[in-house]
Amino acid sequence: MRIAKTTNTVDGDDVGRVTGQAGPVTRTPRTRSARLPSHLVAWAFLAPVVLYLAVFYAYPLGRNVDLSFRDYTLRSFIDGTAKFSGFDNYVEVIHSPTFVPALTNTAVFTFVSIAFQFSIGLALAVFFFKKFPLAATLRALFLVPWLLPLLVSASVWAWMLNSESGIVNSGLEHLGMHQINWLTSPQWALVSVLIANIWIGIPFNLVLMYSGLQSIPGEVYEAASLDGASKWQVFWRITFPLLRPVSAITILLGLVYTLKVFDIIWIMTRGGPGNSSVTFAIWSYRLGFGGGSPDLSPAAAVANLLILVAFAFGLVYIRMQRRLVEL
Amino acid sequence: MKTPNKRLRIVALLALGAGLAGTLSACSASTTTSAASATTAAAGGTYTLWDPYPNRDATSTWAVAIDACATQLGITIKRNSGNTGDTVKDLTTAASNLPDIAMVDNPKVSTLADAGLLTTAAENGLDVSSISANILSAGVLNGETYGVPVGANTLGLYYNPTVLAAAGVDIATVKDFASLTAALQKVVASGKKGITFSAVGTEEGTFQFLPWFWGAGADLTKLDSDKSIAALQLWTDWVKNGLAPNSVLQNTQGTSWDEFKTGDYGFAENGSWFQGDADTNKWGVIQVPGVSGGTAPAPTGGEFITIPVQKDTSRYATSAKIVECLTNGSAGATALGYVAPTSAGAQAQAAATTAGANAFWVKAVSDAKPRTADNLGTNYGIISEQLYTAMQNALSGAMSASDALKAGQIAVDAKLKK
Repeated sequence: MRIAKTTNTVDGDDVGRVTGQAGPVTRTPRTRSARLPSHLVAWAFLAPVVLYLAVFYAYPLGRNVDLSFRDYTLRSFIDGTAKFSGFDNYVEVIHSPTFVPALTNTAVFTFVSIAFQFSIGLALAVFFFKKFPLAATLRALFLVPWLLPLLVSASVWAWMLNSESGIVNSGLEHLGMHQINWLTSPQWALVSVLIANIWIGIPFNLVLMYSGLQSIPGEVYEAASLDGASKWQVFWRITFPLLRPVSAITILLGLVYTLKVFDIIWIMTRGGPGNSSVTFAIWSYRLGFGGGSPDLSPAAAVANLLILVAFAFGLVYIRMQRRLVEL
Repeated sequence: MKTPNKRLRIVALLALGAGLAGTLSACSASTTTSAASATTAAAGGTYTLWDPYPNRDATSTWAVAIDACATQLGITIKRNSGNTGDTVKDLTTAASNLPDIAMVDNPKVSTLADAGLLTTAAENGLDVSSISANILSAGVLNGETYGVPVGANTLGLYYNPTVLAAAGVDIATVKDFASLTAALQKVVASGKKGITFSAVGTEEGTFQFLPWFWGAGADLTKLDSDKSIAALQLWTDWVKNGLAPNSVLQNTQGTSWDEFKTGDYGFAENGSWFQGDADTNKWGVIQVPGVSGGTAPAPTGGEFITIPVQKDTSRYATSAKIVECLTNGSAGATALGYVAPTSAGAQAQAAATTAGANAFWVKAVSDAKPRTADNLGTNYGIISEQLYTAMQNALSGAMSASDALKAGQIAVDAKLKK
């Protein structure tokens, strides 16, 4: 009995401690036999998650890394004889004439999207925070872009922005302006996909900022109004600083989402004309599946570069969250 | 401050979850059209066939033609339809479990054959002797034949007689690039629109450009030749001078046809598969002219019926019989609106004035040339990608025609040297 107890404390876990409190005398082989399955039960609970992570995260990621360090052709993809090629694919990708446009477009697309989505989302959140009739209904209506399938919204945008038959150009012509080739001119293609993406991203920012506003204590505003602060001062001195934590998280989540945006651009412009709206996500798909010859290895290299950037932002997000918990 | 932060984290997590769910559902939505995995159950005589016609349902003439062959051979054929753009991807990922028969767009046959996915006629016992040589050559790689065309289609220049008459254009005067441009100018001067085509940044764009490219005397092995630049300059000037709409940069052949159907356009370059529609509307069609007269060779379109590699090689005999059933005569081709692959079949179609296979299209197909011809084989895909990229760059005004093609040739050289 003594021996049994010491072994219990050695690998003592919560179960052991709970039964221990019930009385050391009763902790006999019966508890031991109950403990063994409890380990198994714990693993059984873990197994789905572990399996899920392995199958849907670890394996694809590992495969992607493997693809990018080998020289895969269609034939070697099938018989598995691709040669190890080190960083060749990465060098090829970085020296490609598409690299610079893809990099700048990805940066412009991400940062301009976030800047507009965030500021418009915040402005709308502040607007809807003032209680007025139908505020809740209107706020719900603003969620529509988020609820629509991306395929639908992107197709509708592409249709509205069509050079010949789009409603936007028809409106411009009624105002006596010239037709703008929104999707087919190198100057406007990126702007067009940006407009669509900003529209789609506003609800996400609106919802998060609105919930952030609710967490600001009302007394602060009362104190400010007693001190005679103007509305502008209230926003910049109270609302904005107190929203900092939620703003930071919204922006970081937005960054990770926007970096990998694929559907909207692919449906609207396919990254074209030429490379004028190509981003890393589009480039990777074009290399792998878009063109006449599948370049699976360089495509994987581009995807990995994108994952690295997203991972870096993800780390910043986790750090920031930790700091907020400590606050 | 603790509760707000906790709430904040929950909201953030929810948002993250919602975002992920959105991504997943977006993925599943885009893959619904790709072919499902093949069931290669040998028992019961069930054979699988993959085709790229998801819009042809079980009651379509095509499905009926397959069923007729199944009944004739006393087997069951399980048909699976996927998106034509995903064929190579689908077959590659199914490498260990390939269907008995796969229908593949003709320029992709050499790519798949090179990957070792397809059997040769010598291996599967297919008889290809009656197939027209110019159509069949897309399936020939290093002297081996990797499949049989189910039929062929090609491109022509449709015109709207009402628009031309109002503009004072006689179609008989359209004989070369210059007279066509002059006709377009007259049409535009009369207040209508000139010509619509598809210059989209995909294989479809290259397919549409090739009659002009070959018609100018250019060669796919040298994208930056003067003749090639002249061909691209023709299209670029049409768009720049308003003879063709800017939307050609995004038009598929389907949306281009929709533009032509508005009745505002004088001309449209499009495929034999719209002949039925043209008949209804009383629109005419001519072959694309060459740069200084004659007719330009148009590319052949249409799928090949191939027999992918199987572990159980005894299945090939029946698979070959299915292929022969679908290609003999003109049943399969007529069902798809193609010109039959055998000259006997094509003559029968012409005699019956089948839409898309009337005497005009039978002649056009016999003048046409496969895209992988001139011994391009697997290089065609690489060249085509650079050609449509150059087209997009030139027509959008991002680059001049000659700069765009020079950049394209450099990219081709870099890829082929690897």
